This record gives sequence, structure tokens and C-alpha cells, in this order.
Amino acid sequence: MTHLHTWQKMLIAAAIIVSTIIAGTLIYFRYFARRRLVISTTTSLYETGLLNEIEKAYEAKYLVDVNFISVGTGIAIQHAQNGDVDLTLVHSPTLENTTLTQGYCVDRKIVAYNFFTIVGPQSDPAGIQGLNVTEALKKIVQYGRNQSITAWISRGDNSGTNTKEASLWQKAGYNYSTLSAEQTWFINASQGMSETLLKAEEFSAYTLSDKGTYLAYKTDNRITLTAFITEEYLLLNVYSAMAVNQTLHPTANFADAITFMKFLISDEGQQLIENYGKAKYNQSLFYAAVQPLKQDSPQPYVQWMKNYAFFNGTECPPQYRTAGTGLYD
Amino acid sequence: MTNILDGITKAFELIFSGDPRVYEVTFRSLLVSGTAILIAALWSIPIALFLGTRNYRGKLFIKGFFTAMIGLPTVGLGLILFLIFSKAGPLGFLHLLYTPTAIILGEAILITPLIVILTTRAIEDVDQEIKNLAKTLGASEAESSIAVLREASGGVFLAGIASFNRAVAELGVAQLVGGNIAGLTEVLTTGIALETARGNLELSIAWTIILLAVVFGITLATLLIEAYKRRRK
Repeated sequence: MTHLHTWQKMLIAAAIIVSTIIAGTLIYFRYFARRRLVISTTTSLYETGLLNEIEKAYEAKYLVDVNFISVGTGIAIQHAQNGDVDLTLVHSPTLENTTLTQGYCVDRKIVAYNFFTIVGPQSDPAGIQGLNVTEALKKIVQYGRNQSITAWISRGDNSGTNTKEASLWQKAGYNYSTLSAEQTWFINASQGMSETLLKAEEFSAYTLSDKGTYLAYKTDNRITLTAFITEEYLLLNVYSAMAVNQTLHPTANFADAITFMKFLISDEGQQLIENYGKAKYNQSLFYAAVQPLKQDSPQPYVQWMKNYAFFNGTECPPQYRTAGTGLYD
Repeated sequence: MTNILDGITKAFELIFSGDPRVYEVTFRSLLVSGTAILIAALWSIPIALFLGTRNYRGKLFIKGFFTAMIGLPTVGLGLILFLIFSKAGPLGFLHLLYTPTAIILGEAILITPLIVILTTRAIEDVDQEIKNLAKTLGASEAESSIAVLREASGGVFLAGIASFNRAVAELGVAQLVGGNIAGLTEVLTTGIALETARGNLELSIAWTIILLAVVFGITLATLLIEAYKRRRK
């Protein structure tokens, strides 16, 4: 054997120690740690704190370690495609449909809904009070272009909320990318919801926000912005859960993903969703979706949900249902 | 202004209230970054010993490479490691993504260039006499390497502080390969980012104060030890 220099021996020792640490981690999570259920989720669900409540309730019942990765809807679905998570909680029906069709996810279940809202300065300089969404957006464009002052803050980060915004502009007859290139009145925050709200406050501008983040900031007196338009079909926001396809990713924790999903749609899970934040904000941040869909009431919300978030008349077409009983009956 | 002062006051109340989450996350941060330093030192010191004591072709190139890598953006490294550790990536079979080990390895890689360059510099500055003397006294290669490292210990110490501060204060790697999972991979920086987004400013400020205290405290302690050792010489 050739003679080894000291630094070479040290490097070999380092390689051995590092391999041992990696092997230790593997063995720990495989045999010693509690089973893990990794869930990628959209920021609006996580940052409001709802999922922490659900996690506590769930872990009290089941011997599973629930881990949430809070990211934008786009990357949350990417995680599911890679098999880095076992379950995903998102709010973009179009993207969800694609994910099911491409076979990355199965067993989609609608778990909650609420509304986006258009918020702006109390004085309402564009005069959108009492209008519908598309009319209001037109007014804001007019106001911004005429006054040449900052009138609209866009998330600009390809998140679920940003995608919704782009579709609203389209409904109002504008092209989102053309608008976002317009100077002065249209600003891209390129940041999360909270930063975007703070920017709108700073510039006395309008923006699209999810209800949860808006209420949290409003109640803490961090912003004075008023919510002008709420609870309209175009502003509907539907949250769904999907499990990662186990035929594609055999190592995914499919069994626990389905158990967790069943918990979310159980009476207990739905109560948690409906009641979350009620005491602090005097209203629900999220509404339970399971019973309303079953009982076809309250209207028109259920019909809106079906129009917006159903594929071929169902929340999950039969060919993508793999978990057996308990989810869809 | 009153907002800021109010936030700071509440943050201090939180720190002294003994809220378990405040300390749990702080402790995890120290543990993760501390382990990262030890692991990085394991492979960085032999590399520095090689770079600092030997002359090979391409040595300048290797040193240039490590020097440039000191400025590696943490979020860029985080992204690369995320792609590698992801189940769809080359090391996906190791299931390291979203574990503390992934952050430790990521931070160890992040600070490797800093330790390598600072330690190499310190070794090069060791008097050539000492290197030769050790050999003429009949020391083995291992013994003379240890003698050189002992002489360079001041520089190695400095490398330790600088890299610990970089590791404990970085966000990109911890966020992307750790995923900020509550109770498992949430560290000070990812916690600050999350709680700020949640509007939970007291907690963010509390953790920021702790982070600054850690960075200042460790730097100060190390400098004091150094001064004490120098006086004893």
C-alpha cells in the first residue's frame, strides 16, 4: 500500500465520519423516529396558524409526526411531483386538475373555502365601493392612469393569489402582463401577502388579498386598509388536499396521508377549520366545505364551488380515486 | 417609533418569560450551526494543510476557487442542495431533505471555503523555521503537521468564529433544505422570516435580539480567550 500523507488520512477520516452521520440520520428516521407525514402547503393556510391547530389535534390522536412545508402553490405541487412530500394542500383548481391528469397526485378532496377580497384606502379614491369585481378593477385602472400615482400593488410572485389576480384582470378585459409593465400606478411587490399589504398601506393603494392575512393585519392595527369587495363568485378561494400517487412514489407515506385527509374532512377537522380565529376576528377565516357540498347548502356558495373547483361535475373524477372507502361517501 | 420600542419591550418580556418555543429554536440553531462547524472543520483543515504546506501545480487555481466560493449566495447553494436532496434528485435515496442533517451538511458546505482560506493563510504564515525544525528534530510527518496546526491555531480560531457567525445567520440553506418545519428544522433565521410574515413581530424581534446576542457573545468570548492565551505566552 502506498504511503498516505497526513492530510489524506484526515480526509479519509472526515469521509468516514460524515458517512456515519448520514447513515445515522437514515436509520433514525427509518426505525426510531415517529412515522413522518410531510405536507406541502400554501402560505395562506400556514401563516394564519390554522394548520398548527390541526396538527396539535391530529398528533394528539395519532402517533404520527406531521411536518408542514409552507410554500407557494406552484412549488407545493412541484414537491408532490418529486415525491418530497406525502400530501399537498393548495388553492388552484386549474393546477390541481393538471396534477391529477398527469398522474402525480390522486384522491383530491375539497376541504375548505373562503374569499379573496379587494382592499384599499378608507377614503376609496377610485370609488369602487358597491361595485362588482370587474367594474372595480376598471375604476382602479382609470384612477391610476389618470392620476399617475400608485394605485395597485400586485403580488407578482406567481403564487395562488397572484394567479387569481391575473385571472381577475382578464375577466375585467385587461392583460395582466401588459398591465404590470405599465409605469407608476401598477407596482409588483414580488413578495408574500403580508409584505404586499404593508406596501399597499404605505402607498395608499388597492390590492387583492386573501381574507385570513388581511383580517390578521387589520385586527392587529397594522393596516388601516378597508375591504371593499367580498364574497363574490369571482373572488372564491377553494382549498383542496391531494395525496401523492404511491404507484409513482412507492416510498411516500400514502396510508398516513389518507388518514390525515379523512381527519380533515371529519366533523372534528371541519369544526376546527370553521372555528379557527372566530374568537379573535369575530368571523371565520375559512369555511368548512364538506357538509355544504353534501347538503347542497348554503347557496349560492355551493354552486359557486362546483362551478369553480369541480372537474367533470365532481371534486375528484373516479379514475383518480384510489384510497377505497371513507373519502367520498 | 413607539411601535418599534413597544415591539422591543414585548420581545424582552418574551425572552425572559421562559417561553419554551423561544429557547427550543435558539438551542436548535446553536446545535445545527455548531455541528456544521465541526463537520466542515473535519474536511477543511486537511485541505488547508495540503494547500498551506505543499506546492502542487494548480494550487493557485484551487485557492482562487475557494476564495471566490466564500461569497457563495446562501439561497443559491440552498437551491442546488434542494435539487440534489429532492427524491427526484441524485441523492434522493438518502431521504435527507427536510431533516436537520440536511441543514447541517448544507451549512458545512457553505462555510468550507471560509475555513479553508483562513486556515491556509494561517498555516502559510507559520514560520518556515518551525516547519523545518520539526523535521530536523526527527518528527514524523504527522507530528510536524500537528506542530504547524498548533502554531496556526490563532487563525484557525478566527476561521471558526467567522464561519459560525455565517452559518448561524444564514437563511437560504436552512429554508430550502430544512423547510422550516416546526419542532424539527425551524431555526432562528427561518423562524424570524415566518413570524414576520405572520405579523407576530414580538417573537421575530425576540429571536433577532437572541441571534445578535449569540453572534456578539461568541465573537467576544473567542477574542477574550485569544487575548488570554497570547498574554500567557
